[in-house]
Amino acid sequence: MLTYISIIVTAIFINNIVFSQFLGICPFLGVSKKTSSALGMGAAVTFVTTIATVVAWLLQTYVLNPLGLQFLQTIVFILVIAFLVQLLEIIMKKTVPALYQALGVFLPLITTNCAVLGVAILVIQKGFNLIEAVTYGISTSLGFTLALWIFAGIREQLELMPLPRAMKGVPIALICAGILAMAFMGFSGIKF
Amino acid sequence: MKNYWKILYNGIVPSNPVFVLLLGMCATLGTTSSAYNGMMMGIATAAVLLCSNVVISLVKNLVPDKVRIPAFIVIIASFVTVLQLVVNAWLPSLNASLGIFIPLIVVNCILLGRAEAFASKNGVFASFLDGLGTGIGFTLALVLLGGTREILGTGKIFGAEIFPEDYGMLLFVLAPGAFIALGYLIAIVNKLRKTC
Repeated sequence: MLTYISIIVTAIFINNIVFSQFLGICPFLGVSKKTSSALGMGAAVTFVTTIATVVAWLLQTYVLNPLGLQFLQTIVFILVIAFLVQLLEIIMKKTVPALYQALGVFLPLITTNCAVLGVAILVIQKGFNLIEAVTYGISTSLGFTLALWIFAGIREQLELMPLPRAMKGVPIALICAGILAMAFMGFSGIKF
Repeated sequence: MKNYWKILYNGIVPSNPVFVLLLGMCATLGTTSSAYNGMMMGIATAAVLLCSNVVISLVKNLVPDKVRIPAFIVIIASFVTVLQLVVNAWLPSLNASLGIFIPLIVVNCILLGRAEAFASKNGVFASFLDGLGTGIGFTLALVLLGGTREILGTGKIFGAEIFPEDYGMLLFVLAPGAFIALGYLIAIVNKLRKTC
């Protein structure tokens, strides 16, 4: 049990995927202008990451490893993720068109979100079993959603601030992200 | 001939992938803890970009429009796999320091972006130059950011000491420093672009 709690806390706070592993920065900077679309993006990433982790783990364990095809890992994983994103796009277009509109171009871009592929590869590298892999996948994407949500709240306020012209937009957002990352570093003392 | 220079130059300065287009941020932030790491990551990405741009411009007429994105991704992923095997075989220390960011070149937005915006519409030589220019621009940006972080953090550049390490700000080698240094560098580039 303690293993799972440790995986969850580590993935959400201590090794937060955005602030300490630098994965998923593109959507982190792109979709974080409004809290509502940040949460939608977080939900979409959570969905894709969780399923992609399971499928990637099963493929690695039961297809690639027995056949000695580990070097095909990158190609196989990216195709699985691309397929899942297409599926999610079709489902969301039919069921929640409002959210589909709000996410716009960033939905197909989940394919090239390094967080998804990164988690799938990290799970294999860390040698997790299936349940640990699922736990890691879910909690990492929760960490991503948390980071995105906090950051979107800050950026909504930043819009109203008087700033030098050159600092507007991405530069000040990156500096705020740096300060947030410092706050997240405070968690690094927690041990289980 | 002048036109070709323009293509090459365009990727290096006017549409630099990191400072102007803001693409490929994960690799930019994650691998620039020192100038050397940044340079190697830049070269690795540039090599894949060069190969994928050339191959995509060769096969662009054979690939149906509807499946072009998956086809591009498979081409890029193949070259990344080749790179992974090469790095594993000859540069194991680099493999250890860049870690997961080597397979993650697949999802670097710069590669798919150049494939979609340039290589799928232009000839082989032009695509080659575009890949070269963008690759050089990316490498320069990574060296600049990596160098800044290395000097501020440890007082060294490419491992050569400039001031004693005790006076360095360790923060810049750690995660928050990456965000802050890149934020200020982009602000400086913005400022320079507005005046000239």
